[in-house]
Amino acid sequence: MPEMFKKILIANRGEIACRVIKTAKKMGIATVAVYSEADADALHVRMADEAVFIGPPPAAESYLKIDKIIAACKETGAEAVHPGYGFLSEKTEFAEALEKEGITFIGPNKKAIAAMGDKIESKKLAASAKVNTVPGHIGVIPDREEAVKIAREIGYPVMIKASAGGGGKGMRIAYNDEEVREGFKSAQNEARSSFADDRVFIEKFVEEPRHIEIQVLGDSHGNVIYLGERECSIQRRHQKVIEEAPSPFLDEATRKAMGEQAVALAKAVDYRSAGTVEFIVDKDKNFYFLEMNTRLQVEHPVTELVTGIDLVEQMIRVAAGEKLSISQEDVKLNGWAIESRVYAEDPFRGFLPSIGRLTRYRPPAESESVRVDTGIYEGSEISMFYDPMIAKLITYGKTRDEAILAMRQALDSYYIRGISHNISFLSAIMNHPRFIEGRLTTGFIAEEYPDGFHGGVLSADGRTTLIAVATMMNAVEVGRAGQISGKLTDEPPSYGNDWVVSVDGEEVPVTFGLTDVGCQVLIDGTVIPVETDWMPGEPVVHGKVGGRQVAVEVDRLQEGYLLTHDGVSLPVVVRTPRAAELAKLMPEKVAPDTSKMLLCPMPGLVVSIDVAEGEEVKAGQALAVVEAMKMENILRAERDGVVASIKAKPGDSLAVDDVIMEFE
Amino acid sequence: MQEILEKLEQKRAEARAGGGQHRIEAQHGRGKLTARERIELLLDPDSFEEYDMFVEHRCTDFGMQDQKYPGDGVVTGSGTINGRLVFVFSQDFTVFGGSLSETHAEKIAKIMDMAIKVGAPVIGLNDSGGARIQEGVASLAGYAEVFQRNIEASGVIPQISVIMGPCAGGAVYSPAMTDFIFMVEDTSYMFVTGPEVVKTVTNEVVTQEELGGASTHTSKSGVADNAFENDVVTLHQVRRFFDFLPLNNREKPPVRPSYDDPDRLDMSLDTLVPANPNKPYDMLELIEKVVDEGDFFELQPNFAKNIIIGFGRIEGQTVGVVANQPMVLAGCLDINASRKAARFVRFCDCFNIPILTFVDVPGFLPGTAQELNGIIKHGAKLLFAFGEATVPKITVITRKAYGGAYDVMSSKHLRGDLNYAWPTAEIAVMGPKGAVEIIFRADINDPEKIEQKTREYTEKFANPFVAASRGFIDEVIMPHSTRRRVARGLRLLKNKELKNPWKKHDNLPL
Repeated sequence: MPEMFKKILIANRGEIACRVIKTAKKMGIATVAVYSEADADALHVRMADEAVFIGPPPAAESYLKIDKIIAACKETGAEAVHPGYGFLSEKTEFAEALEKEGITFIGPNKKAIAAMGDKIESKKLAASAKVNTVPGHIGVIPDREEAVKIAREIGYPVMIKASAGGGGKGMRIAYNDEEVREGFKSAQNEARSSFADDRVFIEKFVEEPRHIEIQVLGDSHGNVIYLGERECSIQRRHQKVIEEAPSPFLDEATRKAMGEQAVALAKAVDYRSAGTVEFIVDKDKNFYFLEMNTRLQVEHPVTELVTGIDLVEQMIRVAAGEKLSISQEDVKLNGWAIESRVYAEDPFRGFLPSIGRLTRYRPPAESESVRVDTGIYEGSEISMFYDPMIAKLITYGKTRDEAILAMRQALDSYYIRGISHNISFLSAIMNHPRFIEGRLTTGFIAEEYPDGFHGGVLSADGRTTLIAVATMMNAVEVGRAGQISGKLTDEPPSYGNDWVVSVDGEEVPVTFGLTDVGCQVLIDGTVIPVETDWMPGEPVVHGKVGGRQVAVEVDRLQEGYLLTHDGVSLPVVVRTPRAAELAKLMPEKVAPDTSKMLLCPMPGLVVSIDVAEGEEVKAGQALAVVEAMKMENILRAERDGVVASIKAKPGDSLAVDDVIMEFE
Repeated sequence: MQEILEKLEQKRAEARAGGGQHRIEAQHGRGKLTARERIELLLDPDSFEEYDMFVEHRCTDFGMQDQKYPGDGVVTGSGTINGRLVFVFSQDFTVFGGSLSETHAEKIAKIMDMAIKVGAPVIGLNDSGGARIQEGVASLAGYAEVFQRNIEASGVIPQISVIMGPCAGGAVYSPAMTDFIFMVEDTSYMFVTGPEVVKTVTNEVVTQEELGGASTHTSKSGVADNAFENDVVTLHQVRRFFDFLPLNNREKPPVRPSYDDPDRLDMSLDTLVPANPNKPYDMLELIEKVVDEGDFFELQPNFAKNIIIGFGRIEGQTVGVVANQPMVLAGCLDINASRKAARFVRFCDCFNIPILTFVDVPGFLPGTAQELNGIIKHGAKLLFAFGEATVPKITVITRKAYGGAYDVMSSKHLRGDLNYAWPTAEIAVMGPKGAVEIIFRADINDPEKIEQKTREYTEKFANPFVAASRGFIDEVIMPHSTRRRVARGLRLLKNKELKNPWKKHDNLPL
């Protein structure tokens, strides 16, 4: 058996660096981290046995510097490098440079990287390996009639795309000859004006597309196996948000066909590492090759959980020259795994990235059903220089429903403060009937949230949970307050057991009582038992409410609590019946109408105000520039209007939601 | 006999009706609760003991003899908040607009006398149109009677004013002399002279809200300690606030069970101070991570934001927290910040509340606006307050402690009991750059040399160890252990005794 590495270097940062270090430690291999100036306090640096500083924060000056990584290897005596994903993981120059220095690259051979890195080359290779590719015509199409001919050959519907395209520009879908004629012309025009290149091509339009990918694993002895699929259809602007394994869509025959094609492609390039073959699958389970990623994928943990195979360990072993110890027959898919990508972004503000300090960070406890892959800790900084990922939250269950339930609970107890995060959005998807049914397409988010995300919907169970939890907390706190020193008598004040809970515009009378195992709350005629060991000051209530295991996040308000559960955040106030009666007399305070204002979306410095009072502005017009963390953000008009007054001037330092200008 | 008893009930019902259903509805229509409803929310259920329910005014001018309401526009008495004794007066706007008559004032004076005698705080719920003009000077005398008692009670029992409606003219001076003022947003205002008089005298056009509303007094004048959304929320917060205060100056601050481990380490504090000395961080995070359960009652959060003051608890017992806020004006001291913190420190010292000070101060704010308005004397107030305080004083320097501001911020030299510094602390006369530019003035045009000297100075002085070597810092501590250190320190200082020389009173630079 070839000798295992004694020390490896991880040429990456964040969660993936930590992930690789964990496996290396398990295998008894010493680890070397590299870090930029922005990552001096990062978790991967703390976890590794050694750490080497490699330069300034921008990746181009640190994590992407091949010579610095090689120097770090030499300095520490690392025999191999794991590149993680992103950064240098798919750069042939890097694999070459390492080879030259006699350092092992924990990844595929450079030929495979090069072949799969080229879109056209990889499609040609795929075709020759008998892998299904999207039917289409790659050559230049001279005129409309030629286009119609090609479209007929491919079969409708088809998509006409600009060769130089991107961002949906110069893209047309056609269901018949007439539409091809129209679409061809307009796609050409748009391509010319957008890219100064009017070449267009035609390919099959895949209806109700799903993104399903096959994990493959090869060694340097010619063995390649596939480890089932992952479905990554839940994407926002081509960024994967939620992934799962297996896919709720595939049947055994399709899985096998896809797996075998993926293996064929991998064999065609002598693939010897972990890799992923991405397919697009239509509503009739026809699948077409998209591309092959010659690295470890972000979403690899879902495969690990359902196969029980540590992909990083396998990558290290095959890189050391070992033969795969698993055969295709050994690969069994057990249960279901789902991954949610927890990002530092504000789903309520168009998913604007949020940067800054994680003042409070409590991930859910890890268990057999919960895995948290992260590179941060409480007090870490999410910096502007890298991907704003906070963590990958992966849950496991015997069935898909179990995995979803575990995910909902884990998201509910994921406590992050200091920066915005997308937990509520992830929760909303986990509670979405269409997601639960597994009716996914890559258009899921765009279709279900066409106007952006405005918060989840409170279910009946959720309502009961919030009411019961608030009543319980109030009882604990009122009871504690009565134990203060210096009372007139030893007796604490008595409020009785009847309370009124104000939630979501409703006043719900409840009765509180103690039981042998906790307490109970009578809501709408039903007794809801509450079992928890929550104590004041704890940010998350864990426990059983009405027999359901729940987690509810608690933030304090001036009166009552802001409770977060199932992706819904609501203020909940518990009052005595008399106080509730008096509270009803209080006038509703109307929040100022902000639709006629330009609010500062982030803390920052006003660089310029680009309009004047009284000026008419058009939707999309630049109104002001705000600099935050050295990034200039252009704030644009959401709709046409007239500037009524300007409240800020260049040089002003603004907080979030400060008014910059008002419109008429 | 039964008849006589029933008559009492009937008279009580009359008194409880205040100015009548019509006026009660008008009060509700303004988004305000009545005097009695407010007391219900403020006090524990069934704890209110009312006095002087049948007091009536003695005025006979302008037809007043025909208009009498039992209680005369103010409800007074005692009760409990979480079982602890408190005296309360609540002005009834439905009776003569809550205006203050001689008898109205007598009722307030009576409960204040009793409060001083038995050592319990007074909470005043203010909602009054001002003096009862029909009574003339008798009403003014009434105000002065209350003022005199505010003065005598000051430092003996805590006094809290809650402004829940108008409070204008001479009336403002009673709340002004109490320890804390809370207001209700949109329905309360305080000013010495109202908008009409202002317009006549100075030609300024100003609204009530701009002149004396809650936002004005919480963010611009600093008169009010905080304001809340409405009557219900305000009274809820006053109850919460009351639990931090001792009942009088002979007692220790109250203790209630805490669910927070005093030895809790908070590793995230180790990364609180950024590597770049010019980058701000939020001092509130440190405070909330040190006090029990993150429960901090901040006072004047929107005024002089460069300093933070408020109450928290350690091991269940109240501490007063004073902290520079690097997020605002780099945390420097200016006139407003000095005044804000000085009065708070003196309150804590009056009532045996230990003071926990977090320091990150680059100095005093320079400029003519400061100097011409007397930063010298105002800054001296904070220095004076810290120096005269004999309660337990624990200080933690997190980053900058420069120049005179270092001395001011509860330094060892001002009888600080335990003075800690984080390893990130820089205790020096000034920042390295400024210092080098003075010491090496001759080389100012030689950037290389200046840079080298700055580096030298930084290495030598921008740390806590020079101060620690002199004993000015008792110990350099790990940020994550701050709570444990503070808790242990407070435990050891529990029975601290220290007396200032006998004096009638001091003469702080007012």
